[in-house]
Amino acid sequence: MTLRVSRRQFFKLGAAGMATSSMAMMGFAPEPAVASIRHFKLTGAKITRSNCTYCSVGCGVLIYARGDAAINNVDDIYHVEGDPDHPVSRGSLCPKGAGLLDYIRSDSRLRYPQVREAGSNQWQRISWDEAFTRIARHMKDDRDANFVTQDDEGNTVNHWTTTGMLAASASTNETAYCTHKIARGLGMVAFDNQARV
Amino acid sequence: MTNHWVDIRNADLIIGMGGNPAEAHPVGFRWVMEAREHNDARLVVVDPRFTRTAAVADYFAEIRTGTDIAFLGGLIHYLIESGRFQRDYVLAYTDASLIVREEFGFEDGLFTGYDADSGEYEMESWQYEYDDEGHALRDETLEHPRCVFQLMRQHFSRYTLDVVSSVCGTPRDKIQHVWDMAAETAAPDKTMTFLYALGWTQHSIGSQIIRTAAMVQLLLGNMGMRGGGVNALRGHSNIQGLTDLGLLSDQLPGYLTLPDADEQEYEDFILERARPPLVPGEVSYWRYYERFHVSLMKAWYGDAASEDNDWCYDWLPKMGEDLYDILHTFERMHQGEITGYLCQGFNPLAAFPHKAKVTEALSRLKFLVVIDPLRTETAEFWMNHGEYHDVDPAAIDTEVFRLPTTAFAEEDGTIVNSSRWLQWFWQAGPPPGEAKPDTAILAGIFLRLQRLYQEEGGAFPDPILNLHWPYRRPEEPTPEELAREYNGWALEDVFDENRNLVVRAGEQLEDFGFLRADGSTACGCWIFAGCWTEAGNQMIRRDNSDPYGTGQTLGWAWSWPGNRRILYNRASARPDGTPWAATKAVVWWDGERWVGNDVPDFPEDSTPGMTQGPFLMNQTGRGQLFARDRMNEGPFPEHYEPFETPIASNPLHPDSPLAKNNPAARVFPQDRENFGTFEEFPHAATSYRLTEHFHYWTMHNRLNAITQPEKFVEIGEALARELGIEKGDRVRVSSKRGHIDAVAVVTKRIRSLQVAGHTVHQVGIPLHWGFLGETRKAHLTNTLTPSVGDANTQTPEYKSFLVRVDKL
Amino acid sequence: MRGEQVNLQNIIARSATTVPSPQERTGGVDPVTKLIDVSRCIGCKACQVACAEWNDLRDEVGDNVGIYDNPLDLTPNTWQVMRFNEYENERGNLEWLIRKDNCMHCAEPGCLEACPAPGAIVQYANGIVDFNSEHCIGCGYCVTGCPFDVPRISEVDGKSYKCTLCSDRVFHGLEPACVKSCPTGSIMFGTRDDMLDLAETRSDFLRSRGYDNAGIYNPEGVDGTHVIYVLQHADKPQIYNDLPEDPRISPMVSAWKGVGKPLASAAIGLAALTGFFHYVTAGPKEHGEEDEQAVREDEEREAREEREERP
Repeated sequence: MTLRVSRRQFFKLGAAGMATSSMAMMGFAPEPAVASIRHFKLTGAKITRSNCTYCSVGCGVLIYARGDAAINNVDDIYHVEGDPDHPVSRGSLCPKGAGLLDYIRSDSRLRYPQVREAGSNQWQRISWDEAFTRIARHMKDDRDANFVTQDDEGNTVNHWTTTGMLAASASTNETAYCTHKIARGLGMVAFDNQARV
Repeated sequence: MTNHWVDIRNADLIIGMGGNPAEAHPVGFRWVMEAREHNDARLVVVDPRFTRTAAVADYFAEIRTGTDIAFLGGLIHYLIESGRFQRDYVLAYTDASLIVREEFGFEDGLFTGYDADSGEYEMESWQYEYDDEGHALRDETLEHPRCVFQLMRQHFSRYTLDVVSSVCGTPRDKIQHVWDMAAETAAPDKTMTFLYALGWTQHSIGSQIIRTAAMVQLLLGNMGMRGGGVNALRGHSNIQGLTDLGLLSDQLPGYLTLPDADEQEYEDFILERARPPLVPGEVSYWRYYERFHVSLMKAWYGDAASEDNDWCYDWLPKMGEDLYDILHTFERMHQGEITGYLCQGFNPLAAFPHKAKVTEALSRLKFLVVIDPLRTETAEFWMNHGEYHDVDPAAIDTEVFRLPTTAFAEEDGTIVNSSRWLQWFWQAGPPPGEAKPDTAILAGIFLRLQRLYQEEGGAFPDPILNLHWPYRRPEEPTPEELAREYNGWALEDVFDENRNLVVRAGEQLEDFGFLRADGSTACGCWIFAGCWTEAGNQMIRRDNSDPYGTGQTLGWAWSWPGNRRILYNRASARPDGTPWAATKAVVWWDGERWVGNDVPDFPEDSTPGMTQGPFLMNQTGRGQLFARDRMNEGPFPEHYEPFETPIASNPLHPDSPLAKNNPAARVFPQDRENFGTFEEFPHAATSYRLTEHFHYWTMHNRLNAITQPEKFVEIGEALARELGIEKGDRVRVSSKRGHIDAVAVVTKRIRSLQVAGHTVHQVGIPLHWGFLGETRKAHLTNTLTPSVGDANTQTPEYKSFLVRVDKL
Repeated sequence: MRGEQVNLQNIIARSATTVPSPQERTGGVDPVTKLIDVSRCIGCKACQVACAEWNDLRDEVGDNVGIYDNPLDLTPNTWQVMRFNEYENERGNLEWLIRKDNCMHCAEPGCLEACPAPGAIVQYANGIVDFNSEHCIGCGYCVTGCPFDVPRISEVDGKSYKCTLCSDRVFHGLEPACVKSCPTGSIMFGTRDDMLDLAETRSDFLRSRGYDNAGIYNPEGVDGTHVIYVLQHADKPQIYNDLPEDPRISPMVSAWKGVGKPLASAAIGLAALTGFFHYVTAGPKEHGEEDEQAVREDEEREAREEREERP
């Protein structure tokens, strides 16, 4: 968008242009012809409609990514701002929402599965397959050892109380539903989410 | 929220109490500003601190943390005695006229039926008096001494202005001013809304605080009205959705519940929940409970769920305790009774009370699985972080797995906002590294478990082997597949009572009215039925037009139940079907049918002549001023002191030690030992969010770290003077359970209070900052907080506890 | 209206330049204004974050010194800050006055007047005063010239920075980032006429709510500003963390324009001339291909190491 005139082009334009100012003659103003000093950074970006996942206002956000989702491109999110169509937020965002970009791109984002072995002082990278296999083994061993079919009064209870789970209230309904289905299928009861606290 | 964000603009009075909406929900708070500007509304803030909400309020009143029942109970007393309540509304739409059993009573701060040994109530006497058909007796004059109205009047008669001022520490004139402002909304054309959040929830009496507010709103005729309601501003983006989907220890999706251990028979289980009307002709919508339940079991267990096996009744885990809430679970974990724990997007080390206990508890696990987009303190609980988290890794044998998930920007799906809107969003970019969606992670673990049970057998494998898993890629169910499933579909042709075909087999359901208890429908969450119909995904709708100018935007996303935007909206009209006020109209009877700017929240065929109540989920059809057996500490709210209180006794019951704190709260012995006393820890502390941060996440975001970089605590000028503390000094804040160090913000915004003849100083402690991320390293605030919860929900008492402040 | 401002003729003033702007020939661009209604501000700092996000600024993570303000002051990487003041009014009631502090985009900009570097500071026909850092020589005269103490010189590149009123967004028909984010409508944006009207409406509202001295801050000493405030106490701007009562361009600037400028100009010119001859003889600095290859390899290695360190 910015109309750039490079220094080299500037020279080609000749001395007439340079004569506009004594200072300019000395090399000061090679770029007078800019409509906007800063390049408009959204041109050509792919815009995706999304929702902020901090608080429960559920503000609409527009996520801007470099790249047009073409097969040869890995899209890179570089800007987030409010969605003016959203009836509640109408384009506004709070300081958390306005800073979403730094959450998406935080250095603290986890990138691959890791394990910390018993007594160890460090993380160790593992594959997804190893992670799933080891976790499933832990869970099955505990479930088989401690699953309660009948309680002390002889009631059928079929519950598993020795492995518990906290679900995430920033996850989607679809994640939550899937999580719930699995948790109860396993007979889990020590199961809560942030709504408890 | 009973109403919704934009509807706040229709209010005449907004009371921010038990919440700090400008800071915690700034964008939703816009509609408060709109109400002030365009509806000439007033904003009142009642809070221990002069918050950033108070900064733009029309009136502010300070209050001692944890005394809201006294403030609101006094308001009820004032409304009744001054006659400033909406009598027609109360008579028609509440249980005020219903008569309560003779045995019911209240003495020395305790209701009838209390067992001091168990700390629980026998609730037999907390019932209406019924006739032979099981219907409650009524007195429409409201004069009967045992009608709910008179009992309520008697109960709150003790909450005089003097008593309330003494308990709350709020000056008398300020209390009276707020009460008067509230009373003005008893007029049919005036509405008030309560905006509350965890400032009401996180107390040992939290549920009853909220109930008191609901009672106020019923008396003022503000429920079901535009600009009215009791509006919980929920904390997380989808905490509403996870509550709706029942991811809580005793719940199933759609507010269905797990059976208790003694509910061995399926029929009894259903009968207990499918409750009949207590007033003739009422809807009592829970009577259809079995339809919702059977449809859920068909969604979960498919063909394996049949009438013959009571729809897999015994496959559901049964509750062996009242709740397996987090306080209960961490108590057991601390005692070494828990083997493994999965934390999905949840940071308990930072978020749960009494951090030292949580650290010890986690150290006793065999394995911990953390599923999160970010580093969390919990995942690194075994790692030594110096003075902020001083542990010896070699002494901790917990195996910890840390699994990276996608963040919102990298996935499709829906979240439910506080307005109950299910809003679909789209993936904008790829996740970092090898991160996977949660669904793929859960499926990955589950499918391996399933394979192990297939190969090895093991404990009760049936529900695992038969869990209905119809997804095209079993290792990663898609959001579309899961959303269609929780909406529900017909497994066989569905007929109405006249044998008309209403849904063909295989079709998505239009609403929960089509659910059946005969196994012909499957539905993962009955209240979400209608979100993905044969017409497609309703949650992606983006028509933001507002043709009535009411802010309802019925074409935007999809709201449960049935796209209704204001719950109980039948109450916006008189019993005869005309609106209480034209300016507040939501739905009304036009002589032939119900019309209006919202979807009517009651049966379409309910004509005004049938006088069915608007609160159709209740057995009475009415708003419950008397909670009957639904609240553990009593059918009427009563003020009890926080478990750590800065005064010696409950001013309402100085001679009744049992009534000092919530008599029905569950306290574990070790936790009780860890309560401090005001002699040692003299200051009332409360913890809260700041607007610049979101819990412990935004510590990881540079942009947010810049705006509030370092842990601080807020201290009033009077206390600071007493302790010789200047702004910017470093201080140590200690409770019985540990200490944190922070910078002192000395402020005029926290005033010392006169409570029951004593001066009480309050200390404000933001919950943010930990030992990870871009901000300055800090002790976690929950080092200080006590491990005790509300008697109904077990939500911890983060908002009221005792500390001592020392200058460093 | 705003989109049409994308043309080459909309600069109405350029620092250290006497040649008239072609804009003077045509005109017709509506001036814009940002209104900050302090009475509606909740101090959430959304505007601060949105500003930094849009402008790709990431300041240092600072300290808390016992107040809510952070960052404590404007910096080359923080172009606006919220300033909090706990004020007890005449009736003894507490008011928490929270003012967003940023460039006021003066109609008569002291920074531009003072600036000796041609084209380093420009004023557009819509009223935005923008810094063209490429031409900035870091002399700091703009700091002296500013009656609101806004510009800040970077220690990294020695150039001056401040709020641009998101001139890039405004030229594309959008509102500034701070305006868009504001959750409470405390910050509004539009044509100057519309904003002055709205400011009147908002002031009337405040007066109806008992703020008898509510009014608009649009100081005449600098010929008005393109950022205006609605204040509850317009008679006491100083209670809003020292908002100047009657801001004027520092007398130092006139002195500089009268006597000092030719001298300083010569001195600066000399420095520039050196650069100019270097430029003429050596041409613009370009990386050789070998250099570029080396840089690329370094970057890749660093990125790799960083990836491995990260979780």
